[in-house]
Amino acid sequence: MNARIVQLDVLRYDPETDSEPHFQRYAVPCAEEWVVLDALNAIKESIDPTLNYRWSCHMAVCGSCGMMINGEPKLSCHAFLRDYDGAIRVEPLANFPIERDLITVADDFIDKLKRVKPYLIPARNEPVPEGEYKQTPAQLMKYRQFSMCINCMLCYAACPEYALQPMFLGPAAIALAHRYNLDSRDGGRDERQEVIASNAGVWECSFVGACSEVCPKAVDPAAALQQVKVASTIDWFKERLLPGAAK
Amino acid sequence: MAKSNKPIVWSLFAAGGTLAAFLAPALVLLFLLAALGHAPSLLHYSQLHAFAARWFGKLFLLTVIALFLWHAAHRLRVTLHDFGLRQDAAVAVVVYVVAAAGTLMSVLYLLRI
Amino acid sequence: MSRRPYVREVSKTRWYFRHPRYLRYMSREVTCVFIGAFALLLLCALGRLAQGQAAYESFLAALEGPWSAFGLLIVLIFAVHNTTSWFNVTPKAMPFQIGEEFLPGKYIVAAHYAVWIVFSVAAVFFAGVL
Repeated sequence: MNARIVQLDVLRYDPETDSEPHFQRYAVPCAEEWVVLDALNAIKESIDPTLNYRWSCHMAVCGSCGMMINGEPKLSCHAFLRDYDGAIRVEPLANFPIERDLITVADDFIDKLKRVKPYLIPARNEPVPEGEYKQTPAQLMKYRQFSMCINCMLCYAACPEYALQPMFLGPAAIALAHRYNLDSRDGGRDERQEVIASNAGVWECSFVGACSEVCPKAVDPAAALQQVKVASTIDWFKERLLPGAAK
Repeated sequence: MAKSNKPIVWSLFAAGGTLAAFLAPALVLLFLLAALGHAPSLLHYSQLHAFAARWFGKLFLLTVIALFLWHAAHRLRVTLHDFGLRQDAAVAVVVYVVAAAGTLMSVLYLLRI
Repeated sequence: MSRRPYVREVSKTRWYFRHPRYLRYMSREVTCVFIGAFALLLLCALGRLAQGQAAYESFLAALEGPWSAFGLLIVLIFAVHNTTSWFNVTPKAMPFQIGEEFLPGKYIVAAHYAVWIVFSVAAVFFAGVL
């Protein structure tokens, strides 16, 4: 292996002994093509087996290895060492409590995700013999990019409004609600609007746009939230100006 | 969780932002020229008065002033929160009252022309 | 194993220094101060116009001078910043699907800039500058 030594400053936190997190420096022999996750695996295997972090697929699909790398929310399996000079600072995802070392408590996001009902709620249940729910390619394209979300929470780590107002439903949850609202097979928009058109929903967003800049799957949550604002505004006027209009 | 009433102020913010994006730089330029001592002829009393005397001119001036004010008011509310001022309810009352008062005043001024 | 999650505090007043993209965002947000100030200047001009020729002409005379010119130059810079930052994100709020594909955002942005230039030239021409 053609190794070079990479310095990693990793934020450590042991809830049983530490009162607060602290950085620990590791000098790791790394191959040219490695990503930060490979370096963490090398630390765990041969330098310090007590280091804790989440990962699974190593190919930017599972969404579990999100971390702050030099202050930027990144999937550590997607952050190539060759793109960094000097010591690399590795911290748990911002805006989430630290469970242990690089592991964060994701309960808040999971709870918000559940609340927006991110699954198809068919307008009418068709009996099986009538076949599948059909969709044209144009109908698929309407929501396709928003369906690429892998729930990695990088957008929450980048969002200052979520940091300042933890009640905020946040980018990914609202973008996923929008994804199902745009789906021609779905009939659940009214139920989701009750959640996402609230003050703690889309209206807490001030369109910083950081979510879209950090998304590893090129989803554009900021766009989804703007579209939800426009649609919710049209709803608001319809509900008041057109008596008897659908809510 | 109830649906928000923010759409009423957000729609004014968005309309004002769009109008300001298209028109503010040109309008500011006219006043900048006036400040430099080269007031364009539209800003001369007779022309501006004639413009504001027609219903189209009144509608234009009211739309510009009111929407710019509502745009600025709503964004200022958000921005003050971003700068760390947490009294959002009080800030909202102040900025929207100023915008509403400015709207009302421009209506009264225009009715006198 | 005891759970004791550690919460990292975020400064409520200095958070935007943490990343250049947040400073960029704040620079866009503060344009509202200048748009608002300009709206108040317009309101003031309208009020003096309603009072008659003498009042309006004394307003114009008071407006003349290097300091107000400097102030208006700053307002102009922020007004242009509002314009560019507003137009550059229009495709996000208003995607445009033709058949299957979405119209590339750059065309929506370019259309806004084109209309802006036409409007601005028309306004300046109508005002008698050209």
